[in-house]
Amino acid sequence: MRIRALTILGGAIALAACSTDGSGGEVAKSASSPAASVESDAPFPSTYKAYPGEPTALVGATVYDGAGGVIPGGTVLFSDGKVEAVGLNLATDGYVVIDGTGKFVTPGVIDIHSHLGDYPTPSVDAHSDGNEATSPATPEVWAEHSVWPQDPGFSRALANGGVTALQILPGSANLMGGRAATLKNVPSRTVQGMKFPGAPYGFKMACGENPKRVYGNRGRMPSTRMGNFAVNRQTWLDAKAYADGDRKKRDLAKETLAGVLDGEILVHNHCYRADEMALVMDMAKEMGYKVSAFHHAVEAYKIGDLLKENDVCSAIWADWYGFKMESYDGIPENGALLWKAGACVVIHSDDENGIQRLNQEAAKAQAAGRRIGLDIPDAEVVGWFTLNAAKAMGIDSMTGSLETGKMADVVLWNGDPLSVYSRPEKVWIDGALLFDADNPRLRPVSDFELGQPGEGDVK
Amino acid sequence: MIRHAFLTAAAALALTAPVAAQDFAITNATVATGDGSEPIENATVLVQGGKVVAAGTDVAVPASMRVIDGSGGWVTPGIFVSATTLGLWDVGAVSDSNDSAAGSSDFGAALDVVPALNPSSQHVGVARTSGATRATVYSQPTGSIFGGQGAVVDLGADAEMVTKPRAFQMIALGERGARIAGGSRTATFVELETALREAREVAMGRRTPEDARLTLQDAEALVAVLSGKQALYVVVDRASDIRQVLGLKQKYRDLDIVLLGAAEGWMVAGEIAAANVPVITDPLDDLPVSFEQLAATQSNVGRMVDAGVKVAIGTLDGGTGGQPANAAQFAGNLVALQNVPRASGLTWGEAFAAISSVPAEIAGFGGKLGVLKPGAAGDVVIWDGDPLELSSAPMRVFIDGVEQPLSTHQSRLRDRYRDLDESDLPKAYDW
Repeated sequence: MRIRALTILGGAIALAACSTDGSGGEVAKSASSPAASVESDAPFPSTYKAYPGEPTALVGATVYDGAGGVIPGGTVLFSDGKVEAVGLNLATDGYVVIDGTGKFVTPGVIDIHSHLGDYPTPSVDAHSDGNEATSPATPEVWAEHSVWPQDPGFSRALANGGVTALQILPGSANLMGGRAATLKNVPSRTVQGMKFPGAPYGFKMACGENPKRVYGNRGRMPSTRMGNFAVNRQTWLDAKAYADGDRKKRDLAKETLAGVLDGEILVHNHCYRADEMALVMDMAKEMGYKVSAFHHAVEAYKIGDLLKENDVCSAIWADWYGFKMESYDGIPENGALLWKAGACVVIHSDDENGIQRLNQEAAKAQAAGRRIGLDIPDAEVVGWFTLNAAKAMGIDSMTGSLETGKMADVVLWNGDPLSVYSRPEKVWIDGALLFDADNPRLRPVSDFELGQPGEGDVK
Repeated sequence: MIRHAFLTAAAALALTAPVAAQDFAITNATVATGDGSEPIENATVLVQGGKVVAAGTDVAVPASMRVIDGSGGWVTPGIFVSATTLGLWDVGAVSDSNDSAAGSSDFGAALDVVPALNPSSQHVGVARTSGATRATVYSQPTGSIFGGQGAVVDLGADAEMVTKPRAFQMIALGERGARIAGGSRTATFVELETALREAREVAMGRRTPEDARLTLQDAEALVAVLSGKQALYVVVDRASDIRQVLGLKQKYRDLDIVLLGAAEGWMVAGEIAAANVPVITDPLDDLPVSFEQLAATQSNVGRMVDAGVKVAIGTLDGGTGGQPANAAQFAGNLVALQNVPRASGLTWGEAFAAISSVPAEIAGFGGKLGVLKPGAAGDVVIWDGDPLELSSAPMRVFIDGVEQPLSTHQSRLRDRYRDLDESDLPKAYDW
């Protein structure tokens, strides 16, 4: 039974499962720490290799480059997995030409906050792998060790959402939930086959109700918001002592925290309330790290100035609110007001359904702004679910926009991606066509779905 | 600082004093009547005495009537959101504020949402500002497979929320029902049949209390279900479970069954249509969330409609992606499926009907709610564009001909934080 009302009572628990943040993937640069911060040295390294693709020219579509640009009737050329050129009237000799007249092209959609794989469907207890809710601080766990690559949700995100990359986070039961995994949205037998080569790790933290409820209910610290901060600060102080030492003794938790303090692992902090986000930013200054993005951030609009000043992104829903006390002040204009303040906006899902419609969520957030006189250009709004997400995940040098030399992660939409009436028609990842609405075979079907009702259906 | 005290005063007044319905005509608008037809351009809608009097292109506006120029806008009946808990909660996870379930109660079928309804809940206002004017509200099955009796409500800013009390009974079958009943579907059906037998005994005055498993109150509540006077909303998803539910009508011929969920309904669409059983469903479920939804697909609604099933979009609830305020977005997605090869979607008219006239018909208000035709309630929304499109929003909302305030906690926060200037006074003084 999937009556949504049933999530109201269960909401507190269900949402504790979500709103975590983590990071996965691999660290781009080498570092001297033994903390697996260099991809080539990392355990569980990516084995992903781009699938074959043909040199392709998308011609005549409205092209949103993800970086704020728009080219009506533009041409996008890619080959060998990379974007070669984006512009007007480009020569297409030697390319497979796809007529995009009346259609739209964007970079592949990126979800900065997903639990596909660590809370996969079917949502049975045996699949509940997102929260190591046995201790309030578990920096030692890595989301990639929980990801089930056969989660059917990956294919829905690809086919209906045009999602080409995503960050799988641990849940938000813990103050420090663990490392997140950044993945390419390619079907694979192993999680290593999905890991985004060269992506830095993320680190999931959580403020507010979830950690204090989960542990307070067990009669242990933290049971209050002040307890949340105390546990966090002491954990950071211990980590700093480790980081300042010779780091020779392996310590999984402290290696991750040291990676954060080194600036190589990016903090993704689940936090709803404005006042708490302000406190977290000060805690980060005290301890010497940076928050890359606040996730959920339903009250971010109250402190757009502070978020801009601290260069912290807000990864938000368009309109979720009211399901828990700390979400009561959520408003649909959150994104638009952040934009007005000059702060970074990312649209996220935290949901196996929402990830199929990040473009629609962004459009709703844009429309809410328009109704209060904030005219946010379409091309910028496309950046909310492409380049801005990539920036906050530290992969913007590789993907997130259609720029020469970047990965050819591309979506051809059958209409304006900011319209409810549009859907992805074709999706390329590193130049390989991995979804084609016109080709029933070019639709991934997970092992779980084989031989079962609905196998290979349009979904 | 922008001050909005006058709006607050207006909203407060609306909640206490009945406001008379206004007579008005909306002209030059694109009108969608909600009956499944496509929108009509340059049309007029007349509302008098709280009722729709006319809607279409050939409508003469009485000379004395107040005219609202709808140029550039769209006019539709208010959205009817099916199977919600609107008015039963304030904050989902704050249990003291949440009356959507009574899991520890001694009662099940006897539960009645009416005394718990709160028209001042913010979610009623948020739904209203999204263009929703009516809803069905249910009580969630938790302690018993029977959730209790749901109501048809309006979402107006006034004290009287109930359009029809005790309009339907709610029962969970499938996995949820099995869990409540004792761990297996086998137990659910014994529970159900026992309950209906005891209701029959009560109806015939033959109840033997010492043998009864149901409370007297629960058995009495089910009498109206047994006779078909009260619809039975059955939460069920798996194709085989749906067949079992349809089979109940063989034995209990008067049951007025409505399927809720029906994620695998498309697999048995012909049988559902033949049984003349309507469906209320979340149209975008497309994941095997459980083993009873393996075949879930967004084409479920389109395929069932093609087979002749009456399908309403519903079960959108809470404050997350599927909140009632997003009913139009969900309907719009079904239109999008028309352009997806192999998928089954709906025409624009069908999609809008699935959030207006069809849910009204399923609730027993065919021709009275969710439609712009003579005699229907004056629930009218003026939109700034295509109501199913993401960029559109209501500009004015009328319920029974009474214009509704569109101010909410959300809009007040928005206005307060439009700028972050506190150079004169803290934000707390900006209201």
